[in-house]
Amino acid sequence: MSSLDLRQLHDTEFPIPDEMQGNLAITSLSKVYNWSRRSSVWPMLFGLACCAIEMIATAASRYDTARFGMEVMRASPRQSDLMIVSGTVTKKMVVPIVRLYNQMPEPKYVIAMGACASGGGPFKEGYNVVSGMDQYVPVDVYIPGCPPTPQALINGLIALQKKIDGQSLANMDDVPWYGVGPSDPVPIPILGPDIIDPRQMGMIREQAMLAAAGQPYGVRELPAVAMQIATKKISAGAAVAAVSAASVVVDAEAEAARLERRQEAVARKRALLAKS
Amino acid sequence: MYGVGILKGLGVTIRHFFNTYVEDLRYVGKKLNNTQEFERRQGVDSTGLYTVQYPEEKIAVPERFRFVPFLVVEDDDHPERPGHDWCTSCGICPKVCPPQCIWIVRSEDPVTKRPIPEPEAFFIDIDICMNCGLCAEYCPFDAIKMDHDYELADYDRTGIGVHIHDKEKLSKPFSYWRKIAPTTAWEEAVDRGGWEHIDVIKQKQKSGAPIAKPGPTWDSPYVPPIVPVKEEAPAAETAQAGGEAVGTAAEAAPVEMSAEDAAKEERRKKREAALARKHAKEQGGEG
Amino acid sequence: MTDQMIAPVRPETVDVDAAIGILKERFPDAVKDDTREGYVGVVVERSQLVEVATAIRDELGFDYLSSATAVDYLGIEDSMEMVYHAYRISGGKPLVFKAQTPRENSSIPSLIDIWPGVDFQEREAYDLYGISFPGHPNQKRILMWEGFNGHPMRKDWKEAYYEAELKPFESRWPKGYVRRSEELNIFGKNVAYPADFDLSRLSDDTEASLYAGMGLGVDVEALNSDEELKTDRLVVNLGPHHPSTHGVFRMVVTLNGETIETLEPVMGYLHRNHEKIGERNAWNHNMPFTDRLDYISSMSNNLGYALAVEQLMSRGMRYTPPTYRAEVIRVLMVELTRIVNHLWAIGFLLNDLGAFFTPALYAIAEREKILDFFEATAGSRLMCNYMRFGGVFKDIPERIRSTANLLNDKVRDFETTQYLTQLITETLPRAVDELDTFLTDSEIIKTRTIGVGYLPTETAIAYSAAGPLLRGSGVAYDVRRAEPYSIYPELDFDVAVRYNGDIYDRYLLRIDEMRESLRILKQILPRLERTKGESFFSGNKAVYMPRVAIGEAYGRVENPKGELGYYVVSQGDPKGPQNPWRYHVRAPSFINLTVLGQMCKGQKVADVVAILGSIDIVLGETDR
Repeated sequence: MSSLDLRQLHDTEFPIPDEMQGNLAITSLSKVYNWSRRSSVWPMLFGLACCAIEMIATAASRYDTARFGMEVMRASPRQSDLMIVSGTVTKKMVVPIVRLYNQMPEPKYVIAMGACASGGGPFKEGYNVVSGMDQYVPVDVYIPGCPPTPQALINGLIALQKKIDGQSLANMDDVPWYGVGPSDPVPIPILGPDIIDPRQMGMIREQAMLAAAGQPYGVRELPAVAMQIATKKISAGAAVAAVSAASVVVDAEAEAARLERRQEAVARKRALLAKS
Repeated sequence: MYGVGILKGLGVTIRHFFNTYVEDLRYVGKKLNNTQEFERRQGVDSTGLYTVQYPEEKIAVPERFRFVPFLVVEDDDHPERPGHDWCTSCGICPKVCPPQCIWIVRSEDPVTKRPIPEPEAFFIDIDICMNCGLCAEYCPFDAIKMDHDYELADYDRTGIGVHIHDKEKLSKPFSYWRKIAPTTAWEEAVDRGGWEHIDVIKQKQKSGAPIAKPGPTWDSPYVPPIVPVKEEAPAAETAQAGGEAVGTAAEAAPVEMSAEDAAKEERRKKREAALARKHAKEQGGEG
Repeated sequence: MTDQMIAPVRPETVDVDAAIGILKERFPDAVKDDTREGYVGVVVERSQLVEVATAIRDELGFDYLSSATAVDYLGIEDSMEMVYHAYRISGGKPLVFKAQTPRENSSIPSLIDIWPGVDFQEREAYDLYGISFPGHPNQKRILMWEGFNGHPMRKDWKEAYYEAELKPFESRWPKGYVRRSEELNIFGKNVAYPADFDLSRLSDDTEASLYAGMGLGVDVEALNSDEELKTDRLVVNLGPHHPSTHGVFRMVVTLNGETIETLEPVMGYLHRNHEKIGERNAWNHNMPFTDRLDYISSMSNNLGYALAVEQLMSRGMRYTPPTYRAEVIRVLMVELTRIVNHLWAIGFLLNDLGAFFTPALYAIAEREKILDFFEATAGSRLMCNYMRFGGVFKDIPERIRSTANLLNDKVRDFETTQYLTQLITETLPRAVDELDTFLTDSEIIKTRTIGVGYLPTETAIAYSAAGPLLRGSGVAYDVRRAEPYSIYPELDFDVAVRYNGDIYDRYLLRIDEMRESLRILKQILPRLERTKGESFFSGNKAVYMPRVAIGEAYGRVENPKGELGYYVVSQGDPKGPQNPWRYHVRAPSFINLTVLGQMCKGQKVADVVAILGSIDIVLGETDR
């Protein structure tokens, strides 16, 4: 029973075991449930920068997000399902954004609209700019472009709808908001001498101790491994993975999760390559 | 009289409201999204119905539209250098790039260590790219161009080659560039003196080989030069295939397009399959 | 009469050079000519800056301080200086004066008593350069938060992702092994803590310091009097996430009942280090960045920057001014942008007044038609990146044509001239008229806007207000006429002025300006036809890293939101540097906000959003 992947129930050819007959409703319920959810995704009325202008243009009559049930832009995070991070996220602004995200009720989705919200954008090198919204809150859909045109934004919204469609009621990982207890809020960054992510406290403390001991602190050099790669000329794709793996970020947990994700991505890519 | 102003204003709203239906009447008995109607509806004198039904109908983007850059390579069926890069890794685009999102590894001769005019690797970080088009504007070899494909929404950005486009992902054939920007491609060809890469043209001018010249207008059909038929059988076949392409240049375009779409569809399917597998894996991992 | 007989030339009418002469005569010790190569104006001894500035305003008649900004000359002179550009409201060239200070313990007396409009600009200089301004009543950070480490615009301050002093970076070519900047940085995110950073001292007092002194608590005096209603002062926070602040703007207001006692704008939520990045960029690199200042009117931002750099280039060798066709196209684009911006501004002003989205939808629909033209010509709807030094990117296309590339693409094909003609002579006038009929006479709008947000003429000038805000208060000051650029002198148009200085007049003024823009555009069309086929670019278009002659320049244009100025300094390489030494943007939205607190005083809280909407700010430009 427990080894059975309920997702397979979506396949009509799947022979339904006798003991599962009663559960059949779940799959079609999932569909109805997802259909109603994806057809009424209410975004938060929340614009950050240039992309917000395109977002407003998308909501206006020419592109009209009302066709997707998304025209009701709510000014309150309590009433919204979707946060479209439309523009450059600055360190000063990320504090309210994380707070707003925490205030949104589950299920909640985040779209990173444009290059800035995805990964820093053209202003990434600046001292007050966050390199991507996903550094702080989980992002569901990334829409590249600077700025994405309204059609590109709608394409992203459709991608989000597809994602919602893929979430099964049968899988608790897809619908964690029906789990026990409240979900953990994202820790709100602190504005100190620079922005401080509470999740990084361990690493910061370590660095501070290093500084107190007179050790080199906050050195900005190409990591040794990256230097090796540059001289040895490992193939470029591998270099990306290796350099990232070799970066000196030390928050162990986040790092482990990232590594795992990367390895997964590599495996996926290999599988794809093998297939084609 | 108090209230007249409001009534006047509401009159405007009502006119807008009814105009939509008047507009609808034009479509009685016609397909709502037929091309002429669309053009009029999206034109400068439209009243009423203005909405583009996006996934079903899309406003095609104009030629100069710029999104993420791509690299021009020779077509796969190019007789002399199929799939060859147009880029000579001269390094102008990473210099003019305002947010510095272009990375090029220049090729080296393994023995002499002398640079070869060809990129070994080429990356564009589209999370930094500001779509300004300066790279395409200043490229002296017409090798980097701004793409029109804006449908790039993705669920992950950190994976390999997802938001850092590598050479494989960036490379698109020259025929694609001619398809998305026929006028511009023609103008550039006129400036170069032929349809091919400027280095090839120069070489051919030296050796006296025939050059494929652009026609007098942008939409004049592509006429490849008559390549002298060689004696080996396979070469003759390619020449023949080339000759056939001449005759059917007009028909060739839609076939090519659908091939492009098919490739795109294929990529999309692959991505979705990968995502589904990821889901399955996550589920398996947890359970 | 007697005055005129004694002094036949009144000092407030003499030209700039004569004014400088008078100034040097009056302050022989304090005022010196700026003799550096390529610099203009005078250098004022900082101890006497206030006296000299008073004389400049009162005696010489330079009553409008356009811009005040700091420059760090580390490595060149090892000093910092404040640069002031003062204009006469009647028009003409600026009187540029500077005050220098050593880099350590830098301080320059505040000019806030002479020009209150310098308020935010001095706070910005304090925030980003660490220059203190004795006499400034509210000297605290404005763009960064209180407690931020260091003053980032100083030349020796390096951000966490610092890679090299100047672009282009070496690491991109020929050995461009890609990596993300996060991976370069030991912290994994772009943070830079001071070396003595101590977690135990860590405190987030940004909010506390913001609310300090806002007058919390019960009004004691009111408690004593028996007749008056006992009210509590209340501090209300609006934004940064608020639908009617036009972005991520924040206001902290103290209310007495529903009446506003004080209002303090809080900004910096979109401070994306435009100027710091701009100083690392090469000259050409900055053009697409200017798009992102006032992201509704990117074309005119481009023009301002192009003018500033062309001013510098004109002093160097091998410079040819833009061709006539280039100027015609520039004016065409800029005036279309003005219409785009005003349509947007009016739509969203009505949003703020409570007419939620219907007027805005009509305005946006018309705007789209102009954007289609921009997209076909420049390549992007919003971020046009169209102007170049010496011309424009490309000529206007023969046809506005879109070809099918994706699935389900719908193709369009218009003749450009026909499209433009129809747009300018029929569609846009109709749209403006419709907006006029729709809104102007509406009693609700009149009740909400007439007499609200009053800005008197003198205050508007003193606070360096610009654009519709200034002209709505009865000052006919328009850079296009006051210090003409491009081909505006040969065009026939009037500077729109309204005299009541309230929201309603600012709204009417925008309608007027759109009509004037259409008038200009109608004169542009035949010129466009006449110059068809002529060159749209002077000079060599293949030059991708122009070198710009040494010196300073202040280029300004009348942006839809007000006067947009670029102060650029070219220093360093004697051959002409590839990168600007200083790149400052005089942002109209930023400086127009200085007067917001004054305008809101005594108004009701619901009017604040309307007043803010009538100033028409955009945060990309406010915070830069």
